[in-house]
Amino acid sequence: MVLKLADYKTDVHNDWCPGCGDFGIVNALQMALAEMGIERDKATIFSGIGCSGKTSHFINTYGVHTLHGRVLTFAQGGKLANPDMTVVAVGGDGDGLGIGAGHFVAAGRRNIDMTYIIFDNGVYGLTKGQASPTLKLGEQTKSLPSPNTNSNVNPIGLAVASGFTFVARGYSYDVRHLKDLIVKAVKHKGLSFLDVLQPCPTYNDVNTRDWYAGVDLAQESMERHSRIYKLEDTKFDPTVNYAGEVEVNEKLSQALIKSLEWGDKIPTGVFYQNELVSPFSTRLTDKIPNYLENPPAKQIISNAGSPNTDISKILDSLDV
Amino acid sequence: MRSTDFTWLIGGPQGSGVESGANIFSKVCAQMGYQIFGKREFYSNIKGEHSYFTVRVSDENIHSNVNAVNLMVSFDAETIFRHFDEIVSDGGIIYDSELENIDTDRVRTLDAPFKERLHKFLKSKNKPFTIAGVLETAKENGIKLYPVSFKNLLTELSEELDNPRMRGLVRMYNVLGVSLSLGLINMPSTSLVDSIDDIFSKKPKIAEMNKKAAIFSYNYASNNFENFSHNLTGIQKQPDTILVQGHFGTSLGKMVSGCRFQSYYPITPASDESVYLESNEILEIENDRPGSTIVIQTEDEISAIGMMIGASLTGTRSSTSTSGPGFALMTEALGWAGINEVPIVITLYQRSGPSTGLPTRHGQDDLLFTVFAGCGDFPKIVYASGDIEESFYDTGNCFNYSDKYQIPVIHMMDKFLSSSVVTCKKFNPKKISIDRGKLLDEVEGEYKRFAFTDDGLSPRSKLGMDNGVFWNTGDESDEYGHITEDPQIRIKMMDKRMSRLDLALASIPIIQQAVSFEVHDYTIISWGSTKGPILDAQDMLKKEGIDIGFVQIKLLHPFPTEYVKSLLQDAKVLIDIEANHSGQLGKIFKQNIAREIDYHILKYTGRGMTSTEIYDSLKKIVQNKAAKREILSHGA
Repeated sequence: MVLKLADYKTDVHNDWCPGCGDFGIVNALQMALAEMGIERDKATIFSGIGCSGKTSHFINTYGVHTLHGRVLTFAQGGKLANPDMTVVAVGGDGDGLGIGAGHFVAAGRRNIDMTYIIFDNGVYGLTKGQASPTLKLGEQTKSLPSPNTNSNVNPIGLAVASGFTFVARGYSYDVRHLKDLIVKAVKHKGLSFLDVLQPCPTYNDVNTRDWYAGVDLAQESMERHSRIYKLEDTKFDPTVNYAGEVEVNEKLSQALIKSLEWGDKIPTGVFYQNELVSPFSTRLTDKIPNYLENPPAKQIISNAGSPNTDISKILDSLDV
Repeated sequence: MRSTDFTWLIGGPQGSGVESGANIFSKVCAQMGYQIFGKREFYSNIKGEHSYFTVRVSDENIHSNVNAVNLMVSFDAETIFRHFDEIVSDGGIIYDSELENIDTDRVRTLDAPFKERLHKFLKSKNKPFTIAGVLETAKENGIKLYPVSFKNLLTELSEELDNPRMRGLVRMYNVLGVSLSLGLINMPSTSLVDSIDDIFSKKPKIAEMNKKAAIFSYNYASNNFENFSHNLTGIQKQPDTILVQGHFGTSLGKMVSGCRFQSYYPITPASDESVYLESNEILEIENDRPGSTIVIQTEDEISAIGMMIGASLTGTRSSTSTSGPGFALMTEALGWAGINEVPIVITLYQRSGPSTGLPTRHGQDDLLFTVFAGCGDFPKIVYASGDIEESFYDTGNCFNYSDKYQIPVIHMMDKFLSSSVVTCKKFNPKKISIDRGKLLDEVEGEYKRFAFTDDGLSPRSKLGMDNGVFWNTGDESDEYGHITEDPQIRIKMMDKRMSRLDLALASIPIIQQAVSFEVHDYTIISWGSTKGPILDAQDMLKKEGIDIGFVQIKLLHPFPTEYVKSLLQDAKVLIDIEANHSGQLGKIFKQNIAREIDYHILKYTGRGMTSTEIYDSLKKIVQNKAAKREILSHGA
């Protein structure tokens, strides 16, 4: 049976605010799943807490709506136990880079073959618009009593530094481009990260859709004025082709430098990709040769209610 | 009376081989047919602080340590300062004669409060604050002293073997001490050589040197030491006996029960279990290809429980092992597992809190916290094992409870158990059964993960299963697992989940809920590792014609109110024994049974209870001389 886009949609009422950037992300994710033809029961969407956390309920695959900041832990456990399934974790920037920042960094070190998408809007929407980790120092969004006193986290830079092997940025109002990025991220062998710029129309009145579109810049110039541009339209080459230290360091550095670009020009697309780093499953098969053929979720542990694990050698070694 | 009841103590700075010395000694005694109960005490420190191991050896079953030490061997001064007063009057001390002039100020690891107590004692005896002073008091008490220069032993040995390198090998002092001890008690030396081979099996060169040193010092003791009050020449071996360390019960239990995923963050005294599981990650499976346990060291305990839940959702039996502070971090996710009906097993090796507390010491401080852990009302099972052998089978039961009732299970262990080395009956894996409850093998038709059913249990699909798509959420949910805030569904879902508690009480066999070791006018209630010392104390009193009952409560939540009440109906005086300050089981007991506890015997020094201490307090209770709260304090 060929799966259509509609097959990936649930009939759960979507209660996001009108015009929310999240719609573009959930659509792009559904389109990507349909394009890749991933069976509904062979994919699990894990989500964090907040507006973005509801994503898993809108997608007609397995959906696990977890805890604030902890989505990567649940997702990694699921993928490790059942490596055959496609795993996508989603969450907000407060979720992943505030309360969950420790898990973000640790996940990079493991490089488990799955995808993490951050809905990056600079505010904690569901709790009425407090400043989130990606909001810049000194900026004052609608519900802040005073300008933001914290500097921002650089999600792309942090991902690159933490060991993510695919690092990209999308824009939630460019759904086709975002869909392409999600397909690339899911197909990537290793841990992929997508930072999705996602205007919050209700609480972030600084980084709005118009702002990303450069409407303010347009008043000064008649030329193309969108702040967003695509790296693939430039000479930027994000891919590590050889495992050599020099090339790897060069690609990591240029990704980091690129990630600092902000203001009038904001890059999207792939910042860094390195498939030469061993995915975690390879590190496991190095010591457990049949891990992928016989992973935890597939193992038969009993025979008619009786355990089939034979520990007699261990027990005999304990004999007095 | 037992014909053999002998306690040996070895001490030294952490990192000096006290533990391997004790393992050799235990192994030798076990191989010669004796029953062993060994226990290690140590500081939160890598090298230098005082650690010691007591090994009790008997010809009958034993379940605990006693206060009295019959023979101590020491190659450092601190051990002598700290333990000389534990040696019984016909006991002995083998010590390094080079230490005699060391005074208390030279031993920098002796802390001020201890030194003050020791000085006061020595002053009252008119002795100098030196090893010689301390040993004089021991000698006056009838204790035999066996001085030997460890340095000279090594020198003589190196001359005999014509190997000058041996002269400086102070790392072998532990083996010298063990061998001198075995020589003194006339334990046959054959098993000494075998045990050294076993312990150093991965380092044959080191084994060779140690064996030579062992035989040399064994013979030295046989030839030079005057007769000692104890001879342990070996007895008939009991069949099917194994010598196990504390975490073997739960780790081997996990392998057999089909636990295939364990995530953990390092914490004393729980990590040994995870490391052991990883060391044995490839599993032999009957008539099948090898299986494996995926053991993941996570970035924190929050990640450990998150990963375990994720793995469990795929249908994998999953677990973590932690201690109090780690479990505290897990409580938010524990509630998530509760509301999502996810089977998980948390093995909780308690230590002494609060906060970091006494991080390498024993405590049963976490009972109330565990029973009430997590925000909101959700069902869970809290289950406690009383000894290492039990913990093997209990691990199997805990996995079955979590699968059958689709709830989190916290399996309570503690530091007393984890740092014990004991002989026990060989574990029998065939006595463990595997019951996965309503876990599905296939799904047909429309599937609702949280479908309302007559027994409150919904058939369970797993992530990645054909046609079994479902949703989970930490929010309240409908039958599919989608968020709902509907008040009527809320009532039905809460009732559905909470009904597991009654279901568990009604269907867990009563023998797994609580165990009665006789009920008399005076009856003890307790839980967890106090079982061993209680049984031994009960036995000591029985031999004096004093009958004390004991009910061990294993299922602590949901509390088996009716069953425990029925067990205790003939008991007139209730005695609660626990290793914590507030008598936590007593509080739960009172809350459920509305009956007062008459006496508490409590210990919160971080050191495990000895049967001697419990015996003393019980005797005071029977003689009506006890305080309502008997506080125990034995142990350095």
